[in-house]
Amino acid sequence: MTTVLYCGHCGRETGDGAHEACRRALTLEPPRYCDQCRRRMIVQVHPMGWTARCSTHGELFSS
Amino acid sequence: MTDILEVAREQVLGRGVGLSQEQLVEVLRSPDEQLDDLLALAHEVRVKWCGEEVEVEGIISLKTGGCPEDCHFCSQSGQFTSPVRSVWLNIPELVEAAKETAKTGATEFCIVAAVRGPDERLMAQVKAGIEAINAEVDINIACSLGMLTQAQVDELKAMGVHRYNHNLESARSYFGDVVTTHSFEERWETCLMVRDSGMELCCGGLVGMGESLEQRAELAAQLAELEPHEVPLNFLNPRPGTPFGDMEIMAGKDALRTIAAFRLAMPKTVLRYAGGRELTLGDLGTREGLLGGINAVIVGNYLTTLGRPATADLDLLADLKMPVKELQKTL
Ligand code: SF4
Ligand SMILES: [Zn+2]
Ligand SMILES: [Zn+2]
Repeated sequence: MTTVLYCGHCGRETGDGAHEACRRALTLEPPRYCDQCRRRMIVQVHPMGWTARCSTHGELFSS
Repeated sequence: MTDILEVAREQVLGRGVGLSQEQLVEVLRSPDEQLDDLLALAHEVRVKWCGEEVEVEGIISLKTGGCPEDCHFCSQSGQFTSPVRSVWLNIPELVEAAKETAKTGATEFCIVAAVRGPDERLMAQVKAGIEAINAEVDINIACSLGMLTQAQVDELKAMGVHRYNHNLESARSYFGDVVTTHSFEERWETCLMVRDSGMELCCGGLVGMGESLEQRAELAAQLAELEPHEVPLNFLNPRPGTPFGDMEIMAGKDALRTIAAFRLAMPKTVLRYAGGRELTLGDLGTREGLLGGINAVIVGNYLTTLGRPATADLDLLADLKMPVKELQKTL
């Protein structure tokens, strides 16, 4: 498992303050920032899911 | 003074005549104690003039982000520091999305692009997309591609687009506080051209953007004047980085009063739950809205945000014994 360094919702460091609201937000929207390098990802939302791609760290899918 | 609900019962339920702007202000000002009665009346109106069926639709973003316009609620404007990046969907992905949508029992699939209006590349992509979908999926295709020229209206009609979405967004008197890169009149023009073309017009807006109750009533009245086939009703979901990003989420009771008011303004229109209901209304409120004037839903996800699972909405409709409208191809 890789350690999550950045918040997928707000892009700030996960160690930097609480991200409770971000975690809640992520139930109703896909992540926008790569949790490894905080680059803005290319996100596509489909009717039943989403994909989010970082040019360095690859693609995430909805579960 | 005669009670507005009594007036609405006679005028809207009895005769199918929508309430005026002034009457809608009274509805929107009605006290919380009257809310249950208001919703019950709006539901009666919907069942009498539209029937029991609920229309189900899925939407997909063909071109996301990077829009030159500055609609202050929108995360897809290229003018704000929103984290949404620009991207195009390819045709196989588009067909896949149409298939996923059809599997839910939806009869409508709306292809959306974040643009001021379509250019040749977008029109070509839409044409190819529609042909590919029609070859594999049985579903009505709608489009939402911004402001159109008459030639583009004709082209879309010829492609077999049966419904076109173009929202007023907000009341005429509040529009300048929401958008500065184009005018209310420009939007209105596109709506008229679409309506006159024979395509079905889908035209709604957003509430909860800081407009007054009077302006909310004004939006409903202006929509009613256009007589759209469908009105999608969005509740502001404040998006990070946009000018409206720090606004409060609208109170659930105000949202429900708005739903009922829109139904009483437009008794015979398809009134659709669009974005923001998950935040504003939650599960309980979603149910109340379906029993308060709503007769159409967007299932699954939106363009850049996620909705409730489609199964949650379909189970709710089954629970409420509301039949899902079946496909009648209008080609
Ligand atoms: S025109 Fe549409 S995509 Fe562009 S900023 Fe306005 S709402 Fe967003
Ligand atoms: Zn965060
Ligand atoms: Zn990365």
